[in-house]
Amino acid sequence: MADIKLPANKVQELRDICAKFNHEKGELINVLHAAQGIFGYLPAEVQDIVAEELNVSVAHVYGVVTFYSFFTMTPKGKYPISICMGTACYVRGAEKVLDEFKRLLDLKVGETSANGDFSISCLRCVGACGLAPVVTVGEKVYGRVAPEDVKGIIAEYK
Amino acid sequence: MDIVKLTIDNTPVVVEKGTTVLEAAKTVGVDIPTLCYMKLDDMEFENKPGGCRVCVVEVEGRRNLAPSCKTECEDGMVVNTHSVRVVNARRTVMELILSDHPFECLVCAKSGKCDLQSLAQDLGIREIHYQGEKSHYKSDHSPAIIREMDKCIMCRRCETACNDVQTVGTLSAIYRGFNSVVAPAFEMDLDHTNCTFCGQCVAVCPTGALIERDHTWKVMDAIIDPKKTVIVQTAPAVRAALGEEFGLEPGTLVTGKMVSALRKIGFDYVFDTDFAADLTILEEGTELLGRLSKFLAGDKEVKLPILTSCCPAWVNFFEHHFPEMKEIPSTAKSPQQMFGAIAKTYFADQLKIKREDLVVVSVMPCLAKKYEASRDEFAVNGDPDVNISITTRELAQMIKNANLKFTELPDDDFDRPMGESTGAGVIFGTTGGVIEAAVRTAYELHTGKELDRVDFKELRGMEGIRSATLDFDGLPINIGIAHGLGNARKLLEDIKAGKSQFHAIEIMACPGGCIGGGGQPYHHGDVTVLKKRQKAIYEEDAGKTIRKSHENPYIKKLYEEFLGEPCGHKSHELLHTSYFDKKKKIEI
Ligand code: SF4
Ligand code: SF4
Ligand code: SF4
Ligand code: FES
Ligand code: FES
Repeated sequence: MADIKLPANKVQELRDICAKFNHEKGELINVLHAAQGIFGYLPAEVQDIVAEELNVSVAHVYGVVTFYSFFTMTPKGKYPISICMGTACYVRGAEKVLDEFKRLLDLKVGETSANGDFSISCLRCVGACGLAPVVTVGEKVYGRVAPEDVKGIIAEYK
Repeated sequence: MDIVKLTIDNTPVVVEKGTTVLEAAKTVGVDIPTLCYMKLDDMEFENKPGGCRVCVVEVEGRRNLAPSCKTECEDGMVVNTHSVRVVNARRTVMELILSDHPFECLVCAKSGKCDLQSLAQDLGIREIHYQGEKSHYKSDHSPAIIREMDKCIMCRRCETACNDVQTVGTLSAIYRGFNSVVAPAFEMDLDHTNCTFCGQCVAVCPTGALIERDHTWKVMDAIIDPKKTVIVQTAPAVRAALGEEFGLEPGTLVTGKMVSALRKIGFDYVFDTDFAADLTILEEGTELLGRLSKFLAGDKEVKLPILTSCCPAWVNFFEHHFPEMKEIPSTAKSPQQMFGAIAKTYFADQLKIKREDLVVVSVMPCLAKKYEASRDEFAVNGDPDVNISITTRELAQMIKNANLKFTELPDDDFDRPMGESTGAGVIFGTTGGVIEAAVRTAYELHTGKELDRVDFKELRGMEGIRSATLDFDGLPINIGIAHGLGNARKLLEDIKAGKSQFHAIEIMACPGGCIGGGGQPYHHGDVTVLKKRQKAIYEEDAGKTIRKSHENPYIKKLYEEFLGEPCGHKSHELLHTSYFDKKKKIEI
């Protein structure tokens, strides 16, 4: 196991979540979701803890983390861009919006720009379906985003 | 028993409910080709991801072809295993797999023994009609195992071996689709993981994606160096399997031919690890009796049960997974390392040469021994006790390189002093053998009486976990045996929970013990091969005039001239070791 350099309170929060899920192997994906919620990403140390708590191999945890694109091992950028991929947003063209962000920033989902400014991730429904497609940058929410709007959104943070 | 009746290729078949079409077909002589599927009966090891679809068959009335390895027989089923549709589908599947495979057969270490290659030949594939991008992944060169993931076909047999059979959990499928490979956590190289180097993943990999690190060229370099004296030791399990590489029946003993071949290859002395196995028994047996007598005298601190320590993959396993128990195993080094330590002192002195000028080569059924030989604590001023460790398969390669007609070689005998061994040394090669050898000696040392029988049949067999209580002249001694690390884990957990009452436990990492080692000729899923090798080992034991380690005259001489007494000062210095907590050491 690695020497843990994560904030102790957050580690405790993660351990509590594992306990809440009864340390069930079958809850791995849910636990990882919660862990990403706490830390913003899933560094090796976090995967180690999850493996230990659920009594599965770290290799298996890593296998699951790399299988699903909504898990990321890179810390988010200063301006984390999230594109909702819930059903409502998806049918209203979220994917085209995502593609535009990827193109303009030259990043893939889960990546962070070299200068640490931007990162792109995808979310499940954020509960603002009336505004679909929805994009968030940090705390700020953008509704009814069209691919043509993307350039302007990025410019706000440059 | 519920019964199902069906027809396979126009032949009526009756099988037990739950039987797969693949297995049912076998009973009527129909061998449906498989690739990802693998079943090793005695080890309760089944890999059935149903992923490759090479095994498809046509079931009358079903729209889709069915993978026979996963499809259960049903009453009235009519199965066709080689209709035009089936054959075409099978070829398409195969061509698709091959279209993402490097065409390196001419220079691949697995060539001639590769399931993918032989299947392509069996299906008569002469052309690949699909072209696409090929996947690329970094290769990983650990001290024992090389991973070439470009050759991986994602059958996931290695995962089953590592995670289910061995419960080590080093490997997992990662990413998805075209990019998926099998890798350790965080894609670290194997030597930074909790890998034990047992090599069971290598033993079951159908392709050249997982292979041992080839050290044969190092051996040749040493042999042609005029300044070096090169000696070789051969592990017990090698002689029971080497013949298979030359087309001999599994279970053919080739001890004499092996010695001949080694001499012809150019080793200066041909010795036997069995000699060191006898030495191990004296050290380990004495240690057991020491702990036992303290225990009987009421010492509460004494560590029992004593666990054997001659399997380096098992040592890696407890160092990684049970470091809190690292004081329990015997401190005796493995026979490979005992041999090295004695060769580089006692024998080098006899030859009046410096240890650096003596090169010790070992031929092992094992990949973990490559790793073990490279451990820092087994070197003196940077000069390792065992310089090079090669596998049974690598030895076969060297024999072929030397243009030797192996099957026609005359029998030859090991050199003295380190080539003399007893039956007890030989049985180290199979599960149950180490503890039986230890018992033969410990009994006589403890009771002062001669055993009226040396065969302890109650310790033999192939079940994963076995136990027996032996009568040491009124003192009941409880013995446990586990082979396969998953079984070892079960035993260890029982000990931790205070559930087991054993005095001594033998553990071997590989299913079957060293006869099933990761460096042995590939058995391609046929475990009867292991049983035949096991039989051969017991035969060699039965044929020996001396069958108890402490009666080996050269071992007696070694103690008289050099070591003093078992577990004495000099023994401790040369023949014992200590273990490390590796749980914290995994770098990320
Ligand atoms: S050598 Fe053994 S422990 Fe290491 S990856 Fe292979 S099966 Fe797992
Ligand atoms: S490495 Fe070998 S055993 Fe493992 S999945 Fe790939 S081909 Fe199969
Ligand atoms: S059982 Fe034998 S072959 Fe297997 S790892 Fe242990 S020592 Fe090596
Ligand atoms: S689907 Fe995007 S907010 Fe609900
Ligand atoms: S052998 Fe049946 S699916 Fe691979």
